[in-house]
Amino acid sequence: MFEYFYKYGSPKIFYDLSRALAPWFGWSSAVLFGAGLIGGLVMAPADYQQGESFRIIYVHVPSAWMSLFIYTVMACAGAIGLIWKVKVADAVARGSAPIGASFTFLALVTGSLWGKPMWGTWWVWDARLTSELILLFLYLGYIALQTAIDDRRTAARAGAILALVGVVNIPIIHYSVEWWHTLHQGPTVTKLGAPAIHITMLIPLLIMAIACMCYYAAVLLVRARYEIMEYERNSIWVREIAEREKR
Amino acid sequence: MNSFSANALTCIRNDVVLFSGLGFRLDGGDILQIQGPNGSGKTSLLRILCGLALPDAGSVLWNEKNIQDHRQDYFKEMSYIGHVNGIKMELTALENLTIAGALSGTNNGFTPLETLAKMGLAEYENTPARKLSSGQRRRLALARLLVTDTRLWILDEPLTSLDDYGRQLMRDMISAQAAGNGITVLATHDPVDIQQHKITMINL
Amino acid sequence: MAANSTGAVFLAVLRRDLLIGLRHRSELFNPLVFFFIVVTMFVLALGPYENTLRQVAPAVIWVAALLASTLSLDMMFHSDLDDGSLEQFLLSPHPLIIIVIAKIMAHWLLTAAPLIVAALFLGQMVYLPQTALMPLLLTLLLGTPVLSLVGAVLAALTVGLRGSGILLTLLILPLYIPVLIFSVATVDNAVKGLAFTGELYFLGAMLALAATLAPFATASSLRVRFG
Repeated sequence: MFEYFYKYGSPKIFYDLSRALAPWFGWSSAVLFGAGLIGGLVMAPADYQQGESFRIIYVHVPSAWMSLFIYTVMACAGAIGLIWKVKVADAVARGSAPIGASFTFLALVTGSLWGKPMWGTWWVWDARLTSELILLFLYLGYIALQTAIDDRRTAARAGAILALVGVVNIPIIHYSVEWWHTLHQGPTVTKLGAPAIHITMLIPLLIMAIACMCYYAAVLLVRARYEIMEYERNSIWVREIAEREKR
Repeated sequence: MNSFSANALTCIRNDVVLFSGLGFRLDGGDILQIQGPNGSGKTSLLRILCGLALPDAGSVLWNEKNIQDHRQDYFKEMSYIGHVNGIKMELTALENLTIAGALSGTNNGFTPLETLAKMGLAEYENTPARKLSSGQRRRLALARLLVTDTRLWILDEPLTSLDDYGRQLMRDMISAQAAGNGITVLATHDPVDIQQHKITMINL
Repeated sequence: MAANSTGAVFLAVLRRDLLIGLRHRSELFNPLVFFFIVVTMFVLALGPYENTLRQVAPAVIWVAALLASTLSLDMMFHSDLDDGSLEQFLLSPHPLIIIVIAKIMAHWLLTAAPLIVAALFLGQMVYLPQTALMPLLLTLLLGTPVLSLVGAVLAALTVGLRGSGILLTLLILPLYIPVLIFSVATVDNAVKGLAFTGELYFLGAMLALAATLAPFATASSLRVRFG
């Protein structure tokens, strides 16, 4: 298995792989987004309790899933870069951060938009939304740290440690916030998580989730490719590519 | 007999190649002097040699073993005095030397007071470093070399801030180190002359 | 030639940091003054009514203590980096983790002790009931080491970077949230006369986790940043 790491961890091979695969993921995600949005916004039946406004879960829930998934990928890629010194892993971690932060922000905005018709306020301190907000702070901190360190290799390794500290803390923070929320439970019970979900509602949700994954893969491949080129800018293969592009 | 060698060291900072393909071999009793103007990479080279930084290519070997694979053992036998003194202004000369002794690998019965006397700081043991002159502070930093009997000294501009007395003291210490089959590597921008010992030079 | 024992190194570094801290008293004093100022600002904002203040007293004390503690994190590694002592730590043949644990302990002794005493006084000033003082003390005894431990990791990651002051604060505060939640809950329960041992156990668990993982992460961070 580790041979695969070293093989696909090679910057040049990753570059070629990224150029080949990114368009496929991009188009897949476009198609799946179309299918998912039509399924969710048009075809799925209205919720008996919340009416049409529940449809925002088709954006909110996949975004929230992605925000946590990407942080985990960031931490794992960082760990691989830290332990086995794989440059592609560093690039993957650094490139994922803005995408993860965007999904987190999207989850927060859609959560807020969902809250408005339901409870009349633009923001509720629901346990999950509060945890998402803290996750956004963790993402922004990670990006700030990487930006503050000039040397890329050091920045990658420092970021990896920060992401690992974050990944250990996320369950603790999540549990603490949930517990805090039950402590201060207001009169209205928030229902941002749907309990039993009907299959016609579930399928568009899953399609949207896969669409988000493909989107992440496409954007990550491109971002990581540019990180790698930036990192390897003095090596021969990058200079050859730059020459080719100039002509 | 100890040996200290470097193979094909390359260092790139901010897209500028400071040096590449640099190599040398030193045996017990040798002195290596690295000369060059400011910004030529002397400090980067010394940090690579003492193991704090990784070279972009090449390796450093102590007794034929890569220092990065045997860091603890290497640190036991190596003393590094950087450009900055590594002493705390709030602590007295004695306290500074005591902590240096505690951090070093072995405790060969060194007595801090004797060491201070050897460095010409005899009456200053209870003076906070803040109140010492810059020459005295440099001597206090260099006193670390006498704390344990390390076989390799890596010194970054050891003679800066020293007066004539301090410089002669330093030359005597390096002579003694070489006479005892220890190895010294020093970076200076002026040549230092230490009689009776072969000095290898690298110009960056 | 006898090798220095690990215990001897630990005690030497602990003694060194305590001496430096005690001789640099102004560095210790400022976070304390900040603590007082923040609590005062809360009172000025909320009004001096005993009923309001009693309700928010645990939260106000803990938020202010947390912010003050964040201010004092810089002193752990900053001056060592500037004067070259950090390099000597990294080049010592002794395990860096022992040196790090000694530094964290010294930092906690220097910064938490005055903070805890101040908190007990300030508690009175914001009308915290007498019954809540012991729980407050316990949360501070369990919580402030966690702040020092987790703070050490992030201080090591950010020391010497431009903008490190605000960067450290931004990175550390989200990680302090669980300590804040459980500490305030403990004291709140005490004020209401409810049981609070569960929350204290959780704080103890966080301390155990931090004590085992943070020194290792701090040593790794120092190696990553400085070799």
